[in-house]
Amino acid sequence: MSALLPLLVGLPLAGALACGILHARVLVRRHRDPEAAANEALVGGIATGSVAVAFFVAVLLTIRLLSLPPEHRRFEADLGTWIDAGRLKVPARLLLDPLSALMTLVVSGVGALIHLYSIGYMRRDPGFARYFAYLNLFVAAMLLLVLGANLPLTFVGWEGVGLCSYLLIGFWYEKGGPADAGLKAFVVNRIGDAGFLLGIFLLHRELGALDYASVNEAARSGLLPANAATGAALLLFCGAVGKSAQIPLQVWLPDAMAGPTPVSALIHAATMVTAGVYLVGRLHVLFLAAPAVLLVVGLVGGGTALLAGFGALAQRDLKKALAYSTISQLGLMFLGEGAGAFDAGIAHLVTHAFFKALLFLAAGSVIHALGGEQDLARMGGLARRLPATFLCFLAGAWALSGLPPFAGFFSKDEILGGALHGAGAPVLGALGFAASFLTALYSYRLVYLVFSGRENFEGRPHESPALLLHPMRALAALSFVGGALAWIPIWNRRPIAEFLAPVFGGNEAGGGAEHVLVAVLSLAVAFVGFLLARRLWMDRGLAGERALARLPLWRVAAAGGVLDAFYRGTVVRAARVLAIACGVFDLFVVDGAVNGIGRAASAAGETLRLLQNGKVQAYAIGVAAAAGALLLAAFLLGGTR
Amino acid sequence: MNPVLPILVFAPAAGAAVLALAPRGGARDPLRFAFGISLLPLAIALGLFFAFDASSASPQFPFSTAWFRSGGVDVRFAFGIDGISLLLIALTALLGPIFFLAAPGHIAQRRREFAAWGLLMQTGMLGVFAVSDLVLFYVFWEVSLVPLYFVIGIWGGTGRARATTKFVLFTIAGSLLLLLALLAVLLEAGTADLFELARGRRLLPASIERLAFLGFALGFAVKVPLLPFHTWLPEAHVEAPTSGSVVLAGVLLKMGTYGLLRFCLPMFPRASAEFAPLLLGLGAAGAVYGALLAWAQRDLKKLVAYSSISHLGLVAMGLFAREATAVEGALLQMVNHGLSTGALFLLVGVLYDRTHRRGLDDFGGVAKSMPLFAALLGLTAFASIGLPGLNGFVGEFLILAGTFSVTPVPAAVATAAVVLSAVYLLGAVRTVLFGPALPATARLPDCTKREAATLLPLAGGMVLLGVLPGPFLERIRPSVAQVVERTRALAQAEPARPEGQR
Repeated sequence: MSALLPLLVGLPLAGALACGILHARVLVRRHRDPEAAANEALVGGIATGSVAVAFFVAVLLTIRLLSLPPEHRRFEADLGTWIDAGRLKVPARLLLDPLSALMTLVVSGVGALIHLYSIGYMRRDPGFARYFAYLNLFVAAMLLLVLGANLPLTFVGWEGVGLCSYLLIGFWYEKGGPADAGLKAFVVNRIGDAGFLLGIFLLHRELGALDYASVNEAARSGLLPANAATGAALLLFCGAVGKSAQIPLQVWLPDAMAGPTPVSALIHAATMVTAGVYLVGRLHVLFLAAPAVLLVVGLVGGGTALLAGFGALAQRDLKKALAYSTISQLGLMFLGEGAGAFDAGIAHLVTHAFFKALLFLAAGSVIHALGGEQDLARMGGLARRLPATFLCFLAGAWALSGLPPFAGFFSKDEILGGALHGAGAPVLGALGFAASFLTALYSYRLVYLVFSGRENFEGRPHESPALLLHPMRALAALSFVGGALAWIPIWNRRPIAEFLAPVFGGNEAGGGAEHVLVAVLSLAVAFVGFLLARRLWMDRGLAGERALARLPLWRVAAAGGVLDAFYRGTVVRAARVLAIACGVFDLFVVDGAVNGIGRAASAAGETLRLLQNGKVQAYAIGVAAAAGALLLAAFLLGGTR
Repeated sequence: MNPVLPILVFAPAAGAAVLALAPRGGARDPLRFAFGISLLPLAIALGLFFAFDASSASPQFPFSTAWFRSGGVDVRFAFGIDGISLLLIALTALLGPIFFLAAPGHIAQRRREFAAWGLLMQTGMLGVFAVSDLVLFYVFWEVSLVPLYFVIGIWGGTGRARATTKFVLFTIAGSLLLLLALLAVLLEAGTADLFELARGRRLLPASIERLAFLGFALGFAVKVPLLPFHTWLPEAHVEAPTSGSVVLAGVLLKMGTYGLLRFCLPMFPRASAEFAPLLLGLGAAGAVYGALLAWAQRDLKKLVAYSSISHLGLVAMGLFAREATAVEGALLQMVNHGLSTGALFLLVGVLYDRTHRRGLDDFGGVAKSMPLFAALLGLTAFASIGLPGLNGFVGEFLILAGTFSVTPVPAAVATAAVVLSAVYLLGAVRTVLFGPALPATARLPDCTKREAATLLPLAGGMVLLGVLPGPFLERIRPSVAQVVERTRALAQAEPARPEGQR
């Protein structure tokens, strides 16, 4: 069975290669337009098909996995050795256990739907084949990230998805903005990745082993010293902070919205940005062995959830609002993990993948219908024009806001329940509830500003074609039933947590009257948020928005890039000044010294030339003096021998 | 006795002799002739790679005849390679044909001379890596330098006089130190056999070891070039024709790092231990400093030149970590750097041949009109900044992981260079390839077939070494292990202090 495992990475990779070759063919015969449509069908079919088949393989493998007794639920596929140098060995080994199986299902399933959507969305784009080559490569890299059995292999996928993110954010490279945004995303991620690398080096130094099983086992048994565990966990978390856009490295994600909207849905909402959450879950034993770092994880997550929630509230750009919402929701996942509720963090990752991908796809449908408009002030009243899109968006927003019966309520509830149990409970709990309130508020703000009230746009928008709507409907259905994966209140079952139990161990946190209390509280908070949103934006529409926009705090949140400007003013400028200072130093001091020596030598040559006066006696004196000096030197230096 | 190595080394020189002696009209297309000749070493090198016994650390394919005897030392005309030499020979042999294939784009005059110098340089470089005799090594070391002097001096840019002068003064100063140290070792050890010296059972007297180490290390440091001996490199690169830059960055600089690994570490283990902190520091500092300097450049060739300084600082750091993982990584990174920096210079050359400009701000939005060029530049840039899956990552990762496992601080500092490399190289890629096309560069023709033929083998190498580094690491493992073990074992024997101070 594990022989099928390499297919998961191999299929999308082969798809990417095929699309790349087809793209090259398009470049060679770029003038033949009739061929383009046929080519698009071929490219779209290959790309979507490869991911869909990967999804079915993943389903097959997961079913097989479930048929095994819980403690044996792991498939491994050994593809030889990738690196073997000195003490460092990196086997090319893939591992499918419940955690990576769940991630694989989400990545390939949501990935296939978004591929399908993209066929419609990217129609007639001259870079159609290039787009699908990148998108397939992304899926391959993301699956390598989750399936890699050791840290270096995950890092390959980690940087691979970073590459695809860079390429796809800057997909429309003829415009400067997207190209800059892609560069920024890559560089900011690299800063986090430097931490990731150092974490790997530290574990290699301390353990010599880099596969997850050994690292977790060493952390459990105490083989890994406590401060090494703390250092490694903290450094690896730096990587997670970069990839999952947490404070202080969150600045790249809002800019990343410059990419095509399906890319924002797949990479910058559903999958890639959750890699940090996955990494912490994957190494949960290491993080548990470093309680201080775990607390940092929770606090960073909670703080990000709260602040990005404000950011999401005040954005005027539809996609940017969703981007801040993603940052905030990722923060909630880290908050859950920081409290020790790893399964709750992963469960929210899964449901979030459904409803946030849905929201982005629906937003893409709106933007498509409005001819590229993303400004919330130029929307409104679209429910009548785009009924199907409206229903899908509503399903997504409902799920995001944390109101039952949609998915967000159940998974968020798990996190909040966990937060009240773990270390730092009061703080983490308060942050979680505050963020939940904001979530409901901004979710419905978007619904009202886009779909209700007066029409503030020009033209006659039309509903998107079926190719766009079907994937959205599928995700809407998942956003509805997804909650049942997290928690089924009637039977008090937690399918995802139970599925993940072989990885994380049984989680006894939930259950009982306490859990009901948390559920009621979070429901109340979300409901108040909804009511407030209704009052502010449904009843008053843009007028309410304008009144709010005058508040100074609102303006700070809307700018969002306060930290961005701060970085540009300090870190970036300082580094740039340092680089230029080095340039000047090198030119005048280092090279200056060299040239000075050169000049001194030629001056000395000029002087010494005077000695070469043709008088034999003078030469003889010179020779004698030199011989004497050499003898003296030999005597002094060679005296010991 | 296996004549394969002498044939490998002297085949290009024979070609050069034919070119030099042929009547004026005889060689109608000298560059093509030289290209054909240079395929022979490539074929031989490929054969050597597959015939090489990966389980052995001793020199293979030996060839040795008496040359002369002096001062009680038997100097032999001796060849022989281990895994360390094998990889660098393969790199040299690969870049040889590319040198000539790229030349028609920018060498218009005196092509016969150019081809002859190029072939002679090829012999010199292959000789440096293939010999097993100290004196013969020095001969080839010098032989490889002269042709480059002429290549830059005759076919270089407007500032070539100053650049060549600086280049020659630096390298001659380095060579002199090398010669003195070499003679000292020769007389003291009583043998000129490289592998014998590296394996030597007895150590040199401490005072001589120290001085000889310094002589070798300085001689090689100038070549690498290590901070602060690097200022000749950007000037030489800026003035050199594209082919010259490719070979200079691709192979000639590797002679320095090869020397550090082949001579300094195993022959002077105690002095290596003593000076390791200094060299580790210089390597790490050079990696960051070079990266910062690269970021400050507005000239593409200078940018690539400073990135070389950064990358080779990392290599030097890996070598002086004196740890098997780091040293294997450093050796692999020498090859990686040869591929990716060679390709970067070729790519800058492609732009220069079309526009006669090299400034970062002279280009914009080139990806639209030159998609193949864009793809190759993107691939090369990502290989150079160490994206996993491509070659640069494997080398960097091994160097940093290995160094970190023995001395974390320099490794942690050098990791900053990994971040900076993305800043300066991807920043340059952004400016040149993306954004709205500048009027001047909106309609540039894409890479020609010839240009693609120079770049694709390098691109293939980048992918191959990144995905399947196994066959390469396997061949260098025993040789590196031997060097590291000896260096480490003997370093602890006794400290390298002059007797007087003890």
